[in-house]
Amino acid sequence: MESNPAIKTWTPATIVMMLLIIFGVGVGVYRMINGLGATTNLNDVYPWGFWLGLDVLGGVAMAAGGFIIACAVYLFNWKKYRPIVRPAILTAFLGYLMAVLALFLDIGHPFRLWHPSIMWQYHSVMWVVAMHVIFYTTTLGLEFSPMLFERLGWEKARRAVGKIMIGAVIFGVMLSTLHQSSLGAVFLIAPSKMSSLWWDTKLPFHFLVSAVAMGLSMVSFETALSQKFLHHKVDKEIYFGLARGVMIVLGFYLCLKLYQLFAVASPGMAFDGSVEGNMYLLEMLVGVILPLCILAVKKYRQNTRVIFSVNVLVIVGVLLNRMNVCLFSMESYNTWRGMSYSPSWKEFVVSLGVVSIGVFLYKMSAKHLPLFTH
Amino acid sequence: MAINRRDFLKFSAGTGLMLAAEANVGNRADAKELPRDAVGILYDATLCIGCMSCMVNCKKANSEPGGALYHRETAGKIPYEYEGEEKKYDAPTGLSADTLCVIKAYRENSDAQGGVFSFIKQHCLHCVNPACVSVCPVAALQKDPDSGIVTYNKNRCFGCRYCQVACPFGIPMYEWEKASPSVVKCQLCNHRYAQGSYSACCEACPTGASLFGKVKDLREEAARRLALKPGDTYAYPVNHIEHGKTTEQVVPEYVDHIYGLDEAGGTQYMFLAGVEFDKLGFNPRITNQIYPEYTWSYVSHVPQLIGALLVAGTACRIVTQKLDKEKDRDK
Repeated sequence: MESNPAIKTWTPATIVMMLLIIFGVGVGVYRMINGLGATTNLNDVYPWGFWLGLDVLGGVAMAAGGFIIACAVYLFNWKKYRPIVRPAILTAFLGYLMAVLALFLDIGHPFRLWHPSIMWQYHSVMWVVAMHVIFYTTTLGLEFSPMLFERLGWEKARRAVGKIMIGAVIFGVMLSTLHQSSLGAVFLIAPSKMSSLWWDTKLPFHFLVSAVAMGLSMVSFETALSQKFLHHKVDKEIYFGLARGVMIVLGFYLCLKLYQLFAVASPGMAFDGSVEGNMYLLEMLVGVILPLCILAVKKYRQNTRVIFSVNVLVIVGVLLNRMNVCLFSMESYNTWRGMSYSPSWKEFVVSLGVVSIGVFLYKMSAKHLPLFTH
Repeated sequence: MAINRRDFLKFSAGTGLMLAAEANVGNRADAKELPRDAVGILYDATLCIGCMSCMVNCKKANSEPGGALYHRETAGKIPYEYEGEEKKYDAPTGLSADTLCVIKAYRENSDAQGGVFSFIKQHCLHCVNPACVSVCPVAALQKDPDSGIVTYNKNRCFGCRYCQVACPFGIPMYEWEKASPSVVKCQLCNHRYAQGSYSACCEACPTGASLFGKVKDLREEAARRLALKPGDTYAYPVNHIEHGKTTEQVVPEYVDHIYGLDEAGGTQYMFLAGVEFDKLGFNPRITNQIYPEYTWSYVSHVPQLIGALLVAGTACRIVTQKLDKEKDRDK
């Protein structure tokens, strides 16, 4: 198999990405030498900030498309989505690698990242999360490997992986479902810090459902981008199907969130003009209510341009949700403690670098690997 | 210490809601009882004169090898607080990576004379069921099974800072400025306790405001004080409850509550005061719920979920494959 000549390596976009990667790596090295205090604006009241909220929580949610599409095709046998299995798995794989990279920079001792694998503490959600990351990244690597073997012409290895592929998919679906919810469970310990607009004993379930909506939108979003920039032709029915999925999942999510707003929090909290209330409204409007209103109209649900905009809304909305849970939900507690946090430019640069690495690797895979062959 | 009244009210508005949510969590299977020989501190704010001897002695004792502020690179040096150009020895503004223990003052209506006034001493409360220990993924934070002291092992810690998020009292501090940072918190002078000594803050306290002892003795002592009649005199134990040293004092008017008896499921550092505890800088949203149970109610179900999801996935695959074959045959 040859590289795809239709995809050019050096385009203006690639050059911009390269610059972002260089800056990001530069700041990353600076962080390794000088520590977190010199690089980030994190403090004792805001121990988790932009990197954790966006790159790790957001990045993992964005990678949810991998397990959903793998589940749809291999377990539900929905053959229609076969053309997007490989891109979805690749996105998930890269998403997890990016999250691990961000985690590497975010933890105090990067070179001790492996500690949870031998120092077990199974009472900790964080340990559960760490194990999921290790196992799921490995599983995704396995699910991704046939593309590499095909390109290299390693027929035997490809057939060997093919034999255990279904097992890997089932294992991966289990890991991913638990990982998405475990990330929500991390915050269960902070009921006396978080606003009850977010804190709830069902937070793990909220995380899982919103990740599914995000995953479906993300797959649709990147398929549209691949179609435009990487010449990947897919049937319109795929977009329509994904949009229907987004609508159903978001509808369910809205019910969950409304129940939570009325039964656990109180609706007044969302409208009291506080930072939490406003962020909550923004998140719900952008990520849930607006997309649902648009998708409710059949004409829009069957228009790929509109679907694309809806996907952007859902992605931004769920990213906002993760940032809110991680940062803004504790705003009043943290103000009470007398501290504030806004990310430093270095945190932005590193995040941009991490995302650029992901997009660049995706593009290179599209050029050099059998990503769009189906 | 400045606690803004409006912020406080806004913040405590959520308390009622949290109490309502508390009823939902009821998984006690993982909760631990107070160790029989658990040690702790009883801090009586009405006895505290704000001399800060505890803070000074704390820094000294913990800068020695084994102490919570000891670092090989800075051995022999006491980590003072630096603020701007001025060196500050005994006046840190709060807990930090260099300060394990801090005395703060609360004054109501600061411009008026003779208003309500109290000191408060802040450091790790050594919970009976510590949130930090339960969330630490590498067991760097551990609770000693005998003394109940919550200790920290910097060689295990990989710096996720989940303990800072989890601790309802906001105690663990992080060495943000270091390239190789650790979590810093009071370990109840564990290194001195191991040598037969006790907490430096209690050793230095001249009035008995900080009193060291077995938690069960301290609980009894606290209950005894609450039962005293204001205006009477009482022989208050000083330094260590078992050492027999006392000082006669007039009994003040106490708030009828032992903070730490039930809060967060009980702590080994307990407080008595003449001013309501909410005003002394305690997060009003802290409930009596055992914090580790919030996450354990999820984590304890993970094995079942793994099993259920694997079975469901496999079943799903088998069924859809069968249906597919049948469809092919029908054609």
